[in-house]
Amino acid sequence: MAEAHHNEVDAASGVSTTGHEWDGIRELNNPLPRWWLWTFYACIAWAVAYWVVYPAWPMVSSYTSGVLGWRSRDAVQVQLAGLRAQRAVFAEKLEAASLDQIEQNPELLAFARAQGRAAFGDNCAPCHGAGAGGAKGYPNLNDDDWLWGGSLEQIHATITHGARSTDDAGHQGNMPAFGTDGILQRPDILAAADYVRSLSGLPPAPDAQIAKGKEVFEANCAACHGPEGKGNQELGAPNLTDGIWLYGSSRADIVADITHGRGGIMPAWGGRLDEGTIKALTVYVHTLGGGK
Amino acid sequence: MSASLEAAAPEAATATEDDAPLYAARRKIYPIAVHGRFRRIKWTILIVTLGIYYLLPFVRWDRGPGAPSQAVLIDFPNRRFYFFFIEIWPQEIYYITGLLILAALVLFFMNAVAGRIWCGYLCPQTVWTDLFQAIERLVEGDPRERREKLKHASRGQRAFEAAAKHVLWLMVAWWTGGAWVLYFADAPTLTMQLLKGQGPLVAYAWIGILTFTTYVLAGHMREQVCTYMCPWPRIQAALTDEYAFNVTYRYDRGEPRGSFKKTEALKLAGLPGGDCVDCKQCVAACPTGVDIREGAQLGCIQCGLCIDACDAIMTKLSRPAGLIAYDTEMNVRARQEGKPEQYRVLRPRTLLYAALIVVIGGIMVGTLATRSSENVAIIHDRNPFFVLLSDGSIRNAYTVRLVNKELVERRFSIAVAGVPEARVEVMGEPKEGGLPVVTVGPDQTTEVRLLVSTHTRLPAAASLDVDFTISDLATGASASARDHFKGP
Repeated sequence: MAEAHHNEVDAASGVSTTGHEWDGIRELNNPLPRWWLWTFYACIAWAVAYWVVYPAWPMVSSYTSGVLGWRSRDAVQVQLAGLRAQRAVFAEKLEAASLDQIEQNPELLAFARAQGRAAFGDNCAPCHGAGAGGAKGYPNLNDDDWLWGGSLEQIHATITHGARSTDDAGHQGNMPAFGTDGILQRPDILAAADYVRSLSGLPPAPDAQIAKGKEVFEANCAACHGPEGKGNQELGAPNLTDGIWLYGSSRADIVADITHGRGGIMPAWGGRLDEGTIKALTVYVHTLGGGK
Repeated sequence: MSASLEAAAPEAATATEDDAPLYAARRKIYPIAVHGRFRRIKWTILIVTLGIYYLLPFVRWDRGPGAPSQAVLIDFPNRRFYFFFIEIWPQEIYYITGLLILAALVLFFMNAVAGRIWCGYLCPQTVWTDLFQAIERLVEGDPRERREKLKHASRGQRAFEAAAKHVLWLMVAWWTGGAWVLYFADAPTLTMQLLKGQGPLVAYAWIGILTFTTYVLAGHMREQVCTYMCPWPRIQAALTDEYAFNVTYRYDRGEPRGSFKKTEALKLAGLPGGDCVDCKQCVAACPTGVDIREGAQLGCIQCGLCIDACDAIMTKLSRPAGLIAYDTEMNVRARQEGKPEQYRVLRPRTLLYAALIVVIGGIMVGTLATRSSENVAIIHDRNPFFVLLSDGSIRNAYTVRLVNKELVERRFSIAVAGVPEARVEVMGEPKEGGLPVVTVGPDQTTEVRLLVSTHTRLPAAASLDVDFTISDLATGASASARDHFKGP
């Protein structure tokens, strides 16, 4: 029956029908244009060839690798090599120049600041903030107060080796936990906190025992923070006489510092970043405004 | 089932008859050559406009050392546009916007005065198509000659002529693309590079693209660009009015059309006889293949070639020229009805366009003449907004971009006003007379990091208005910008 209808021409449209009929409605036979059909076939052939040539099918623990042996990881390596080659001109200059030379050469300075800003965003911003503004416990790198020193060489050393890091050459030195380790009793800690606040001219609490605190300070704290509380960058002991407080300046904050101790960790970037990038970061941080 | 189908069939059949096909196959147009006033105008415009297009990149303009010496140059790598004595920076793109607005208004003005002048004489599509058709006639002969050749000439000769035509077309197209890229680099240098095969890939790519588009649009698409692709005919039809001059067939004079003998006889007998002898030369001369005698229409680009074709015939017949002429439909009708003609070039529409052109042109010239050659832009640090220093003072940091639009190196001092006891420092820059000084190279910008700190105690969450003023140490010319100083 279907055969008999097959070449029947629909009167209204003048188009032949396929022979399919539903409730008297017949299907017109408008085949795809030939070029379209061949485009489909070409796509199918392309897909089959693609399976053979490129990685395609997942296997249990691996995948079919394709006859070309193409890997996306290799493609990335090629792009990275291209990027390195592109940067090589300046990167080599950065590696060859001293930090001072970089800061004094406007062209190198501009490049180092641009690369430093990008590297800072990638590596440092999670702790120090996108604009190096810091947070409680994470130093603000824009200001002029430096735990481990703010000269170019000192910043370079801190980035390369870190502080309290896995690198033996990194900065060492901890604020002991005077309270939890039982070195000082609670009244002594409160007194010491009051004395420390007085060093930078913060208003004293009504029950402040500054004289007693001074005694406690000289016996326990002065070894690292200095007799006047000016700090010691060799040990990362902060200056207690200035207006900058990494962990807060309230009495409760300082009591907590003395009781539990402090010791923020800066990772050592020496093995992870190349020397040119570390130099760029150094110059970038140094020129944020607080560099010595 | 089948009965109802058969019943429905006749209705369906009539429905299809009403549905004219949406697609019309293209009829190739081979216009005849004409001679006359409008043809001469078109040749002149063609030579002048193409001459400007092809030769302008080679015109030199001395701007001193370090600056390009090309009169018209779009310098993408350095982000500058040079036009003789004018230099445009990317942030001055509004001059280009103004130019485009002016161009649109001039287009509207021309349209209000005399219809599609742009389409008929100035549009690149018209100019290049005209050139390509001239080449076609040069190689293959006039349409009549061409038809004869198709019948009688040998296959070899026809193939040779077709090949010659396409080669010539491609050469013109290639030259068109070649001239285009010269606007984007130093023309003599790039020409030498291209000739030696050492030009940048992007130049070859653009030459290729423009060769292709010119060849296809002017050689093959021709009037289809105007009738199907271009929006202007639609906009033009909506903008025009009854006073605008158009290429018009004066049917008051032409109808009833008929052979010379017949109409002369009718005239002698005192009966109405038109001047149109239905020779169809106007149709044969039309580059878009329309019959102007059917009145104003979308396909007519109003190039005036039918006027020349008709005038030639009328002169031969000793009848007055101007059976087809720049006129208005309204006046044709008025003459037919014996009413007076109306010509109003000065009317609200034309006066408004002219006034707008003068105003916008005046604003552009005024701003160009008085624009400053130095500029300063400030970005306050977002993170952190402010920094507390160890001595208790507050510091804000800013990124300052100084712009020097002059072709010499200049030194600017930066003064900051609005912060009490402000200490101002620019990273890595010296101070002179207490103010930081920044050197900006010729025709360049320089970005510096500027720190402002104060020891004065500010109210909580203070935000002070701060004015930054840069002053040229040599000339005293200055520019300023405002930002804020934030406190804790």
